[in-house]
Amino acid sequence: MVATFEPKKTYKVIGTRPIRHDGYDKVTGRALYGADLKLPGQVWGAVLRSPYAHANITRMDTSEAEKYPGVLAVVTAKDMPKAESKMVDLGEGTVNEKHEVDRIMASDKIVFRGQPVAAVAAVDRNTAEEAVKLIRVEYQPLQPVLTVEEAMAKGAPIILPDLVGDDLGEKVKKTNMAKHFRHEFGDVEKGFSQAKHIVERTFKMSMTHQGYIEPHNAVAMWDEDNRLRIWTGTQGAFAVRKQMAGILKLDESRVKVTPMEIGGGFGGKIPVYLEPIAALLSKKCRRPVKLVMERKAVFESTGPAPGGTLRVKVGVDASGKITAAASDMKLEAGGFPGSAVGAAAMCIYSPYNIPNTTIDGWDIVVNKPKSAPYRAPGAPQAHFAMESVIDELCEKGGWDPIDFRLKNSAKEGTRRGDGVKFGSIGNVDVLKAASRSPHWKSVLNKDTTDGKKRGRGIASGYWFNIGLKSAVTLSANNDGTVSLVEGSTDIGGSRASIAMQAAEVLGIPALDVRPTVADTEGVAYNDVTGGSRTTYATGFAAYEAAIKMVEELKARAARIWNQDPSDILFKDGVFSAKKDSELRLNFKELSKKLGETGGPVTVTGSVDLSTGGGAYGAHIVDVEVDTETGKVEILRYTIVQDVGKAIHPSYVEGQMQGGVVQGIGWALNEEYFMTKEGTMANSSFLDYRMPTTLDLPKIETVIVEVFNPGHPFGVRGVGEVPIAPPIAAIGNALHDALGVRLVETPFKPGRIMEALEAQSKAAAVKPKR
Amino acid sequence: MVHVKTTINGQPAEFLVPAYLSLLDTIREVVGLTGAKEGCLDGNCGACTVILNGRIVDSCLVLGAEANGGEITTVEGLATPDALHPLQQAFLEEAALQCGICTPGFLVSAAALLKREPKANEQRIRHWLAGNLCRCTGYDKIVRAVIKAEDMSSQLSKSKAKVAAKPTAKSSASPKASSVRSSGRSGSGRK
Repeated sequence: MVATFEPKKTYKVIGTRPIRHDGYDKVTGRALYGADLKLPGQVWGAVLRSPYAHANITRMDTSEAEKYPGVLAVVTAKDMPKAESKMVDLGEGTVNEKHEVDRIMASDKIVFRGQPVAAVAAVDRNTAEEAVKLIRVEYQPLQPVLTVEEAMAKGAPIILPDLVGDDLGEKVKKTNMAKHFRHEFGDVEKGFSQAKHIVERTFKMSMTHQGYIEPHNAVAMWDEDNRLRIWTGTQGAFAVRKQMAGILKLDESRVKVTPMEIGGGFGGKIPVYLEPIAALLSKKCRRPVKLVMERKAVFESTGPAPGGTLRVKVGVDASGKITAAASDMKLEAGGFPGSAVGAAAMCIYSPYNIPNTTIDGWDIVVNKPKSAPYRAPGAPQAHFAMESVIDELCEKGGWDPIDFRLKNSAKEGTRRGDGVKFGSIGNVDVLKAASRSPHWKSVLNKDTTDGKKRGRGIASGYWFNIGLKSAVTLSANNDGTVSLVEGSTDIGGSRASIAMQAAEVLGIPALDVRPTVADTEGVAYNDVTGGSRTTYATGFAAYEAAIKMVEELKARAARIWNQDPSDILFKDGVFSAKKDSELRLNFKELSKKLGETGGPVTVTGSVDLSTGGGAYGAHIVDVEVDTETGKVEILRYTIVQDVGKAIHPSYVEGQMQGGVVQGIGWALNEEYFMTKEGTMANSSFLDYRMPTTLDLPKIETVIVEVFNPGHPFGVRGVGEVPIAPPIAAIGNALHDALGVRLVETPFKPGRIMEALEAQSKAAAVKPKR
Repeated sequence: MVHVKTTINGQPAEFLVPAYLSLLDTIREVVGLTGAKEGCLDGNCGACTVILNGRIVDSCLVLGAEANGGEITTVEGLATPDALHPLQQAFLEEAALQCGICTPGFLVSAAALLKREPKANEQRIRHWLAGNLCRCTGYDKIVRAVIKAEDMSSQLSKSKAKVAAKPTAKSSASPKASSVRSSGRSGSGRK
């Protein structure tokens, strides 16, 4: 796609806040999510999961479960098609086929606690859950490997015997390191030699979970004609189809996937988990089989965001110009390769123009659940490390943090840390808007009477946003409305944001375009709802379809009026004849007259977009710390973000606020708390402490619109940028409040108390010197 | 099997449930109303919130058998055939939902609050709703929508009062409704 677009001054539909099309179903309880489905003859499944994080399976006996009354089918890895240890593309980049199949159901070795080993289908849920307990599995427990340091240590237990690591292009065997890559530009040594201030810090992070409220679910029906139907809450029906076909060795056309309403995903509902198991159970009993994952299993065996260790070193000269940056990022992939370290490398230096840079990234296998995408995967980790170091440098040099960021800002043409040159970006606009914001201009009152301490922090963040493939079909109805069929799961209002883009072109109200999310046989291929691509790319496809519809309607008007099609004009929703000013029909009027003009009007738009228009945010936060307990209160939070163009501003604000609150949870409370044995000790919503209404103030939003020339309405992705800066912003605010630099997440009360104790010990020691 | 006679959203209902079945599964699987959602099955997310005998409960922590002789309101019972509940309307107008999975629980919890305290302030609303988790919105628009619904409700009752010669609104719902909350529900007071 090489077309570039210019901004328009006024829009009729875009920028308004209509009620979303699916809203009524969702406030009345009528909307059907995956777990709500009940097909005739449907039975329930249950999954048996490994109690060990690292073990060999030595024996398995399913006979007792098979005999249990009400049981209809039992499956183990033996029922999975034979998978070889070879690289295949299942739609999310290449993966080792055996690893992918073992992730669904372990064949010989356990690499994370909670990994499925067997499953049962029975007449009801209770029977299935009872029967699954009767399966006997014998394990030979092995030493679990739980951190990147343990995994990379000499003599570490090898988690995947068939893993061939890639160390800067060289093949390595008997390793837990799946990949080591390097991006190198300029001369870093020379850059550091020009620096007046150098800060180097090492940061540690725990795994965190996406925390969607809806557990994973799947209903499968594998029929006698070898056709497999799947109903599931997923971010991408076509991605499920591709994964199912690959794992189960079926032609893609044999698999039909119906995306149900989805209760949150944040990247975690791109991989399949239950779908292949439900399919195998259905194949055995020829009944529709439903699986709903229990919350503990969601934590233990579905994709968290990687934790790991990050080291960042940045040098700045006397004038406040960054001269060099070097970083190492070692991220936990989980039990199988594939952490977000590659994306982290794309983000880490992105707010800045740095002449000399290196980035070393490592993807490390550990005995924890296989990590999955989580909202701007890798960006929160990278920005936490980088923005904390930048904050420290600003303090050393006495620079205002916004002035410093403006002085060093990445602009169009700047080279990103991985070498890609930026197109049109709004980093400077965002920083300027942040400096003008009421929050930044206000003075934080630090005088407290109760011994609490207050501080303010700021941090930048970036996400590149993706484009990829989308297709949309539009059909004109004779009442003047238009049916829109799309393949992008609506996870937070995208039916509205896509329909509004078609409505804008057609000159009709937003609610006169009626969107439907179709199954994999009802619409052409669509990539996942992820990468902040949906409003951008599927909206682009809707725009293209609407342009075609206008052309078709011009031809129909020409036929009615006996004019040449090239003499029909369309402006502000009205068709008119160039040569006869009497001949005018608006969209609705013309729709009523289509019956005898040559068959139904239906058109498609189809796009494959190479980029998505990267975007920046700058976050300002005020915190208050109780120095007796270590508890942190968020007093005020402001998000400034470039969104390109806000199609439906309410849902844009909602994305910004939601992303930030996940980031606040990540910063203050959320973590995979692992025992020595590799068990997550806090695998419930009580102990995995996500923010509640009580933990938060109102979240202020400042929408900045820097037109993206790669989209007809200038849209950039919105959903992921807001989770990139919060951890760093809060860490910087805590430093402002307490004078201590927190280098490990989460900043939980105990950790803050430890930091304060270390600080007071250091202060007590110093005067003696 | 336990024989249960109950009222769901104003309609009488009678059925048999296994003694172990939760109220959530009873409503979803036996009665067939799927508005109440399963999020955690341990009373921490609030997606399954319903009103049982005037008090909000996490229906995953109550047995279906306990509904015998009781009155249940689910999200399906908030609207009348003619009009949405002001909370539902406000949630739509304020974009207070994204994926929508937590929405039924929030609506039911907030409806119980509005019945009890029609003019609850922001802090009170945040306290009341702390037992309902939402992972999409950051709660900002949910809290704003509840405040808006309070305004809409008071406008509505004012205009009703004008139309009717004598006030028709019941003084303070059921006495049970005022003896509720805070301690009445796991997760609600956590901080």
